[in-house]
Amino acid sequence: MGLMDKHAVIEKNATLLLVGSLLVVTVGGIVEIAPLFYLDNTIEKVEGMRPYSPLELAGRNIYVREGCYLCHSQMIRPFRDEVERYGHYSLAAESMYDHPFQWGSKRTGPDLARVGDRYSNGWHVQHLTEPRSVVPESIMPSYAFLKDTAIDVKDFSTHLIANRRVGVHYSDDMIANANVDLMAQADPNVDTSGLEARYPKAKLGDFDGNPQQVTEMDALVAYLQMLGTLVDFKTYDEAAGYR
Amino acid sequence: MDYNLMREFADSWGLLAMALFFVGCVAFALRPGGRRQADEAARIPLKDD
Amino acid sequence: MRFGTEIVALGLFAFVALVAAGFGVDEPFRQHMWVLLIVLLGFIAILLRNTSFAATAPVDPSAYMDGPIRYGAIATMFWGVVGMLVGVVIALQLAYPDLNVEPWLNFGRLRPLHTSGVVFAFGGNALLCTSLYVVQRTCRARLFGGDLAWFVFWGYQLFIVMAATGYLLGITESREYAEPEWYVDIWLTIVWVAYLILFLGTILKRKEPHIYVANWFYLSFIVTIAMLHVINNLSIPVSFLGSKSYSAFSGVQDALTQWWYGHNAVGFFLTAGFLGMMYYFVPKQANRPVYSYRLSIIHFWALIFLYIWAGPHHLHYTALPDWAQTLGMAFSIMLWMPSWGGMINGLMTLSGAWDKLRTDPIIRMMVMAVAFYGMSTFEGPMMSIKTVNSLSHYTDWTIGHVHSGALGWVGMISFGAIYYMVPKLWNRERLYSLRLVTWHFWLATLGIVVYAAVMWVSGIMQGLMWREYDEQGFLVYSFAETVAAMHPYYIMRAIGGAMYLSGALIMAWNIAMTILGYQREEEPMPGSIPALRPARSGARKWA
Repeated sequence: MGLMDKHAVIEKNATLLLVGSLLVVTVGGIVEIAPLFYLDNTIEKVEGMRPYSPLELAGRNIYVREGCYLCHSQMIRPFRDEVERYGHYSLAAESMYDHPFQWGSKRTGPDLARVGDRYSNGWHVQHLTEPRSVVPESIMPSYAFLKDTAIDVKDFSTHLIANRRVGVHYSDDMIANANVDLMAQADPNVDTSGLEARYPKAKLGDFDGNPQQVTEMDALVAYLQMLGTLVDFKTYDEAAGYR
Repeated sequence: MDYNLMREFADSWGLLAMALFFVGCVAFALRPGGRRQADEAARIPLKDD
Repeated sequence: MRFGTEIVALGLFAFVALVAAGFGVDEPFRQHMWVLLIVLLGFIAILLRNTSFAATAPVDPSAYMDGPIRYGAIATMFWGVVGMLVGVVIALQLAYPDLNVEPWLNFGRLRPLHTSGVVFAFGGNALLCTSLYVVQRTCRARLFGGDLAWFVFWGYQLFIVMAATGYLLGITESREYAEPEWYVDIWLTIVWVAYLILFLGTILKRKEPHIYVANWFYLSFIVTIAMLHVINNLSIPVSFLGSKSYSAFSGVQDALTQWWYGHNAVGFFLTAGFLGMMYYFVPKQANRPVYSYRLSIIHFWALIFLYIWAGPHHLHYTALPDWAQTLGMAFSIMLWMPSWGGMINGLMTLSGAWDKLRTDPIIRMMVMAVAFYGMSTFEGPMMSIKTVNSLSHYTDWTIGHVHSGALGWVGMISFGAIYYMVPKLWNRERLYSLRLVTWHFWLATLGIVVYAAVMWVSGIMQGLMWREYDEQGFLVYSFAETVAAMHPYYIMRAIGGAMYLSGALIMAWNIAMTILGYQREEEPMPGSIPALRPARSGARKWA
């Protein structure tokens, strides 16, 4: 049997065809994706990144639930106009705790990677409730229902534990205090020293203007207000961070 | 066996093997005697319903 | 008893759903389980009404099993209309935001319903039923595994219903085209493995020595999607009685895994699978063998070899390392060649029979599909070039590109295949009306042209507005101004989509009437049956 006839075997043998095509498609994945997990310089060395506080994580889950990423990116590209519009270009390190990533692929609305601290809490609440009352050109849907929905907490530590299982560095202390921290971050009347020690730079206070209860609006605004505020760019070495 | 090993294999010998495999497929498809067999295979859908 | 085991198994499954509905840890999960329970009870009710204790007639092992394919053709039509309708609705929401109805019908929840509806429900059912049709007829063998095909069909519909209702309830992983949550993913994995066994088993028991190339494409589509789906959806649920899970990967790794999946969902679901369709139905409808069988073999290996690498072009200029971006770009550009090889192969199948374009609207539809395949596989590699991508990324240009591929290629080739299959499956002499096919063809084609052209203009305009500077070096436009500038284009896009949808509605009518056994009395297509036209006396010889 000549070499050429051996190829005829592939054409006539279903299992070989299956294995052959599977092998061919696996190579691309191994060469492209696998190195990202072990190459040291995939994620830049930065100072300031920490896991999300429970309230921020709850807010992020609402962001994920409502599909915000379909219209808002969280990935600033290194172009002059984007950097001027949105701030320093995004680093891989800034989404290192994002399960899943929310970089997005479409900007029907503006990028949100550094929206934190840009507007007041009140602006966010008004904008989420009635977008066109603050931005007349906006085509964003209304999310007024978030204000009226108390956050469904139960045992929030389960969320931190699930995150720890996929590699986020939540300490036992953080997990033990998950529910306490979640409520405390949106309550201006309690001692938050423990929370601030566990989650430096966390934004505190009543976010939605309704101190009676912690709502989904509180959580979402707490998340939006911390986006892009963690990394200290004064200590970031751009040349060393290039990949 | 770890990622390093797999990746090193994949982007050297693995890649070469794949490329050769592909060249082999093309050569096979275009081999001189292949036309008759290919024409036969091409008629499979038209044989009947 | 007929369906005895099925009814018991479904009953147990329904009980599990009831328990989950009672003890679920989050409200959306409990609601979702109620939906599941109602659907399962519906299945049980239908089976109970159709059960009997009489001995079942033995199946003829030499006959093809076409029952699931008939259901699949109807499901394709149904989900197609639903998915496209949701598409028109969300297009209108972008033009008129007051059409959003919070929380269930907001854009963010409807868009995955649209994309999953057209890709997985419409496209998936089209692939499912055509692959089972093609594999039996090119292998000359009945489907493997008895009722396995029914399990695959209904299991897939259950996946669609669970995914769709989940989105509306806010159950989503928010990773593009991989939105369903962990338990729906697990269900799809089970169904998909059954599909692989069904397809491969049928090939293994074939009577034809050679495996026809269409089956290669279908097989690689099934096995690659299995791999992509399992790896990309690895995640840890918060609770086994809750809807929320966290992806196993984070940030940059999650991004690349997701776009490795996302791009190959395009490459293997929306391309390889539908190429399998092309390689069977175009030769059948034209009644000629494929132009070059040898080219189709090269097409196959080149396509699957190159496609898998192209994912990173969705992440140009992001925080993904540069080497991965460059690799993705290089392979994307190379992809142009096999894609056009396939296009030429499809088009040239008609060489020597070009007159059919005039006389056969179904062939016309298939040829238009292949032409759009060629167009979007040229546009794609172009957009993967980093400098082009810096302008096109994040804009409507990408949306336009996707739709010229999805509406033009995927939609049109599926329509052509369904038009071909339905009269054969129901033993009808012909379709209800060929004139309606012509109407469908023109509405769809014009709809795509409007859609794609409008998105080119709005996408490029938006990209240019974002980066426009004045003489003093200030950005000219605020973001809100660029949003306002999109308004007229969003209206025109909705019109283009509505045209395409109305074509699909005409098709649904045509298919329904064909299945019911009607034939519309109409003038035959010009030139289609010359034998029936006697020469008029006195007519000039060369007239």
